[in-house]
Amino acid sequence: MSGETKTLLDVEDLRVTFPTRTGLIEAVRGVSFSLGRERLGIVGESGSGKSQTGRAIMGLTPPQARISANKLAFDGIDLLAASPRERRALRGKRIAMILQDPKYSLDPVMSIGRQIVETLRTHEKVGKAEARDRALAMLEAVQIRDPSRVFDLHPHEVSGGMGQRAMIAMMLIAGPEMMIADEPTSALDVTVQLDVLGILDRLVSERGMGLIFISHDLRLVSSFCDRVIVMYAGKVVEQLKASELGRAQHPYTRGLLNCMPKIGADRHPLPVLDRKPEWAA
Amino acid sequence: MTSAIAVDRLEVIFDRFRALKGVSLDVQPGESFGLVGESGSGKSTLLRAIAGLAPVASGSIAVNGKTLGARRDKAFYREVQMVFQDPYGSLHPRQTVDRLLQEPLAIHGFADGEKRIQRALDEVGLGNGFRFRYSHQLSGGQRQRVAIARALILEPSILLLDEPTSALDASVQAEVLNLLEEIRKRRKLTFLMVSHDLAIITHMCERLMVMQSGEAVENLAANDLVERRVTKDYTRNLLRASDGFVRSD
Repeated sequence: MSGETKTLLDVEDLRVTFPTRTGLIEAVRGVSFSLGRERLGIVGESGSGKSQTGRAIMGLTPPQARISANKLAFDGIDLLAASPRERRALRGKRIAMILQDPKYSLDPVMSIGRQIVETLRTHEKVGKAEARDRALAMLEAVQIRDPSRVFDLHPHEVSGGMGQRAMIAMMLIAGPEMMIADEPTSALDVTVQLDVLGILDRLVSERGMGLIFISHDLRLVSSFCDRVIVMYAGKVVEQLKASELGRAQHPYTRGLLNCMPKIGADRHPLPVLDRKPEWAA
Repeated sequence: MTSAIAVDRLEVIFDRFRALKGVSLDVQPGESFGLVGESGSGKSTLLRAIAGLAPVASGSIAVNGKTLGARRDKAFYREVQMVFQDPYGSLHPRQTVDRLLQEPLAIHGFADGEKRIQRALDEVGLGNGFRFRYSHQLSGGQRQRVAIARALILEPSILLLDEPTSALDASVQAEVLNLLEEIRKRRKLTFLMVSHDLAIITHMCERLMVMQSGEAVENLAANDLVERRVTKDYTRNLLRASDGFVRSD
């Protein structure tokens, strides 16, 4: 990677709490990390707080939840002190987010092209014709073969892989500096997964973006990211370089790596995770 | 020996769409057979056609040597049971586990329900404490265990498994896969298992069939995959994809 050392995002002791009838649920309990122009993976199982961490950074936490942090700063801007208006200006323009399933996260009644143009014109003063040209160029950049045809299609008319590419195009058109990808390939077929990751890989390194890649798939994340954070029960249990995953120390990380079936490894029964209460402490 | 499942040139047509284009399959008793392919390849449709849940246009299906007609009788469902992909959608939300497990027993007129329910719950590692809970009070892994218990309660000889672990976390997936293997060994069951994950299929099955757009691409032994003895590009692509992402730089 480029030797950029500037910190893009600084998170210190982030907590997200949901009030419920039975008391407070702490979804995220004191997460700290910083992100430069690099690829950071956040891995964990369902309920580990990985998605809520991403959402808190993006400012998409549900209104009833409480967020607190010693520091939550993007490029020097204190996100917790920022007004909704300032957050809105950041969202989509400087921080973008890709969600899991294009079927649910694209607007079903708007053509793909119009959605991309809408994003662009919300954040930049451009004319209609120019916006259309840039949207087409962006669709081409995410390797959609016939951009002018796809521009006029609605989300239900395209496949999952194509929809996900359209969402990437929409997120990249305003030229964000940081992107949060929440399980961007989990809803896709394995073969399509690699195509989408390849596109993401190329665009992120070409544009020098910071990327937070949230996923439950430790193996996939470690092959894609520079650094990996492993979360368990709302906490970070381990932070390590992706290349050093084999030398993971925490039993949870090792357990997660171990319990996946591998082609060529004849292990019956599969090792299972023996969850210790002290991991969550 | 008669095959546990023999499918011959099966065609399934939804309206005008040919979901299965003449697929043949042969599974021996006690064998674990896998079906792999991407979404839309017809692997689940094949499973559902065997269970009587898809419109068969032509071709034949035989289970334990008996050719099946358009309608499945009760005897068929005592031999063949299915476990579905999504444990959140396949359990009745307003029935307790006990009630869920009684349903198949009542349909088939078993008298020793009490004993069978307890045995089935024990077998899937869920003890009596779970018996009077609702499915929303269970985790995903526990729900899938209930679904497996429900399939086992009639003591079938064949289980059809449609992506039984793809909705589960990796660690829970390992537990459920281990449970399925253990039950198969103990009860000498025949498995026909669908998955998009080659690693799971090579782990669970001795033989497998790769499918693409409603057709069989190739038949392999699990060892062929381990030693990468595949002949078709499509299978090679699937294999490469299961290795994970390789960075260009």
